[in-house]
Amino acid sequence: MKFSNAWLREWVNPDLTAQQLADQITMAGLEVDAVEPVAGAFSGVVVGEIVACEQHPDADKLRVCKVKGHPEGEMQVVCGAPNARTGIKIPFALVGARLPGDFKIKKAKLRGVESFGMLCAQTELELGDDNDGIWELPEEAVTGTDLREYLQLDDSTIEVDLTPNRSDCLGVAGIAREVGVLNRCEVTPPAIEPVAAVIDDSLQVSLLAEDACPRYVGRVIRNINIDAETPLWMQERLRRSGLRSIDPVVDVTNYVLLELGQPMHAFDLAKLSGGIKVRMAEQCEKLTLLDEQEVELKADTLLIADEKGPLAIAGIMGGLDSSVTKATNDIFLESAFFSPLAIAGKARSYGLHTDSSHRFERGVDYRLQERAIERATQLLLDIVGGEPGPVHVREVTEAMPAERRITLRRARVSRGLGIQMSDAEIVEIITRLGLEKISEDSEGWTFLVPSFRFDISIESDLLEELARVYGYNRIPSISFEAALDIVPRAEAQVAQSRLEQTLLSRGYQEAITFSFIDRDASAKFDPAVEPVALQNPISAELAVMRTNLMAGLVKTLQYNLNRQQDRARLFETGLRFVPGNAESGEGLQQERMIAGLIYGSRQPEGWSGSKDIVDFYDIKADVEAMLAHYEADAEFTFAPAKHPALHPGQCAEVLRNGKSVGVLGALHPELQKDYDLPKAAFLFELSLDGLGQAVIPAFTPLSKFPEVRRDLAILVDAEIPVGQLAETAVEAAGEYLTDFNIFDVYQGKGIDLHRKSVAMGLTFQHPSRTLNDEEINAAVDAVVSQLEQKYNASQR
Amino acid sequence: MQELQSLTEQALALVEKAGDLAALDQVRVDYLGKKGQITALLKGLGKLSAEERPAAGAKINEAKQQVQEAINARRTAMEKAAIEEKLAKETIDVTLPGRGEEQGNMHPITRTLRRIEEIFQRLGFTVEQGPEVEGDYYNFEALNIPAHHPARAMHDTFYIDPSTVLRTHTSSVQIRTMEKTNPPLRIICPGRVYRCDSDVTHSPMFHQIEGLVIDEGVSFAHLKGCIDQFLKAFFEADVPVRFRPSYFPFTEPSAEADIQCTACGGEGCRICSGTGWLEVLGCGMVHPNVFASCDIDSEKYSGFAFGLGVERMAMLRYGVNDLRLFFDNDLRFLKQF
Repeated sequence: MKFSNAWLREWVNPDLTAQQLADQITMAGLEVDAVEPVAGAFSGVVVGEIVACEQHPDADKLRVCKVKGHPEGEMQVVCGAPNARTGIKIPFALVGARLPGDFKIKKAKLRGVESFGMLCAQTELELGDDNDGIWELPEEAVTGTDLREYLQLDDSTIEVDLTPNRSDCLGVAGIAREVGVLNRCEVTPPAIEPVAAVIDDSLQVSLLAEDACPRYVGRVIRNINIDAETPLWMQERLRRSGLRSIDPVVDVTNYVLLELGQPMHAFDLAKLSGGIKVRMAEQCEKLTLLDEQEVELKADTLLIADEKGPLAIAGIMGGLDSSVTKATNDIFLESAFFSPLAIAGKARSYGLHTDSSHRFERGVDYRLQERAIERATQLLLDIVGGEPGPVHVREVTEAMPAERRITLRRARVSRGLGIQMSDAEIVEIITRLGLEKISEDSEGWTFLVPSFRFDISIESDLLEELARVYGYNRIPSISFEAALDIVPRAEAQVAQSRLEQTLLSRGYQEAITFSFIDRDASAKFDPAVEPVALQNPISAELAVMRTNLMAGLVKTLQYNLNRQQDRARLFETGLRFVPGNAESGEGLQQERMIAGLIYGSRQPEGWSGSKDIVDFYDIKADVEAMLAHYEADAEFTFAPAKHPALHPGQCAEVLRNGKSVGVLGALHPELQKDYDLPKAAFLFELSLDGLGQAVIPAFTPLSKFPEVRRDLAILVDAEIPVGQLAETAVEAAGEYLTDFNIFDVYQGKGIDLHRKSVAMGLTFQHPSRTLNDEEINAAVDAVVSQLEQKYNASQR
Repeated sequence: MQELQSLTEQALALVEKAGDLAALDQVRVDYLGKKGQITALLKGLGKLSAEERPAAGAKINEAKQQVQEAINARRTAMEKAAIEEKLAKETIDVTLPGRGEEQGNMHPITRTLRRIEEIFQRLGFTVEQGPEVEGDYYNFEALNIPAHHPARAMHDTFYIDPSTVLRTHTSSVQIRTMEKTNPPLRIICPGRVYRCDSDVTHSPMFHQIEGLVIDEGVSFAHLKGCIDQFLKAFFEADVPVRFRPSYFPFTEPSAEADIQCTACGGEGCRICSGTGWLEVLGCGMVHPNVFASCDIDSEKYSGFAFGLGVERMAMLRYGVNDLRLFFDNDLRFLKQF
């Protein structure tokens, strides 16, 4: 909402500059976005009058004018405007004037003819958009008057960004009321006297959707002069409020909208058939709107219609066919109350947003209609003349908004706001806001809410009003008090940040990628899953919810490779969205994941580092480092697995107690190709919830007796996973095995082509005595024999 | 005895000349060893009279000791030199960078989130999380934003279906927490939120932290105190904070908190659009209708809630000048934090 400071000052005039006023209302909840001058910075421009106008002897497009307005008499001015002619009044920049952009007017010679000053267009003074020649001022403008004074240009436009609850301030009247409350000063609205009817004509109005439109006020005005010009003062006020002058009828309805906040509409009476029906649209009805687009009306749309069909979408936009045109003689003025619920969301559903819909969906004062129509009539008659009919009011009283009474308890003021306010101050603030005190008792007061405040309906709303007017910044800032309970925190809970720290210290950078991705990318990484799609995505690249975090990381890698980064270690945490399954009745799963990607050299490029590039075992070590936080080595296993986005031969599932908690592996070579990655990328993705809880350490006494290590080398078929051998060996080695490791895996020269050698170290120790050779030999023999039996292993 | 003198001098000269430990040892053997030349002089003592013998013996021993000490000193020097030489050979260029993996960095958004969480955790707040694909009820209805409420237009919601949205704010977690936990409550809810808006200053995905305090006797003055202290703690400065009335359907009274512009100190600049103030968070007292949706007695309990944009806080704190950088994940950007 934009309004002119000078206009507001006619209503209420506290001793504040425009900026101070803007600051004041901002701090009261009407946030001012901008305070701007209403015209460009210029001086030395007066109302001039062209008293003679002749063709320039040497230039077709130039004219030589004699212009009055300079204190020293007539001046000769060469002018190029096509509309320069004798008898018109125009802005006249005298020699020595300064125009916007610090453009100084000097005496000049144009094609040999001397020129003393310049005649100006609106745009040259930053006073409007009209650039079709010099600006023709009204005849009654007094020649020689300073233009700034004549147009009262020492004014500012104040733009307020109103929150949706404050519809009462969508008019100068409302802002004035607020300013009056804040400064405790008088508000003087313009006198609005009822205009007596001079004709009897009226239109029958039927309210057929009474909840949506319980109140409709109309008036016929005949024999208007549509060719009359909107007075400059009104054009200026509209301009300063951000509206353009269209024609006197539209200008007047817009003026009342800006002044009082009541949206109005004028129909060309001649185009209406029979009475007005305010009704809901019927399926498939069509209407061509003022903006010339034809819309198919939806059944939930409230219409203004006549016998023949729709005339306007109520409260949103009028129809083209019934609109006022240059040929209009008689008009029908509408000033109605449409319920916010009936209008809310409707304009949007047609892709529209108008000054009218903006107000109705937030709430227009439901007692304002007569006042507005009288005001519009008064203004119209002054400009276009005409004969008004009677004001015709239709109201369905039962359907009108219910009267609201609110009880405010004294104790609630101090309890809710933390301040002490005197009774007198409380009542004073609230009644100034327009509420009426109905009763009072020892507990507090009951107030009646005025028809313009749709946002006040409960006690808390009154607390806000009190705080706002009292001043939020005068309320003290104090520490809250609370019971100091110890918040329990399970030691077994592995904080996400610990896993993240592990990755950070292993060189990973954290990335945050969008949760929605390209549908094609989703299909590549997770072809079997139909992802959750947005109904209204921003773009095709951000259209479906990710079902894994890997796609985002690979895209991030690609982005960085394109920027000359050839090594990357990235991780991300966040939700993945795995769609539900209709068959199993399972809903959408939003799982917390941690995922990582490594690419390029194993170590950062350096003077001593190896140039080796990363492989599966690098990322596996990173995963193992994270798993170490769970202190449950025995419970985690890695098993060969398949994943559509990963290399079928280099992919493992991470299991805890046999249950899958994640996956790791090389990016599938086809995807590597799709993303133009010169080298293989390795990825992991783990479910943070799936990983579970840590095992809390339980101390084992340290043995004082010597430990014994035996190394064992066996040959097995090459495809047997070492993990299985290790599991069997550990199980067979018995209870005194304290450590087990694989220290060599060899395949190649000296060994059967299909076999591999696996070397393992077994460490034994007894807690309370020295183990003897027989015991250890027996344990090792047991391992060998189990490996032989299960995997056809042979000792080397 | 002249012989002793000359032998001693010879020996000392040879000690001085010895180039290595072997040569030095040879001197010891030659002069002080069992068959050494100075040792041999001791055998000649027998020829002397009993009166002369002690003095002569003492002189020889003194000479032996002198040579031995010279040898010892020479050996120590040689050993020291050898160690020094070895050390000199082992000298490396300590200015070369260390070997191994470099330290990675937290994303600046996470870094900011964690700082904020930490500040509130010190006050006994617990961290709560909720789903990002959220029901219309939790994102809007229960927060006193019924269908077609004009406030919905401020949200630019992404829809999955007519009753399911991507949460537009973390306020939805308030409701979920109040449903399952009885007051008193002190929680913060960090996370991703989504709005259907994308330009230089809007990202379709961004982060918020929602805070909620519910207890008996919580007032607007407590809200002010909490926010004021938080902002000062976050910016580690006694930054002026002001509160302006605002509107959120789920709080009443509602406020926006502004801090004095950190770039210009309130003078007015491009960052604060000349106002001297920067809007950093929205807050207010929990609306009775919200309490009612969660079956909390608003006659007994009151509370406040606040929500802040993490990107904005990170931009102000670290001087990041373009929102889009946060989600490009350019390594050159990430490595700066």
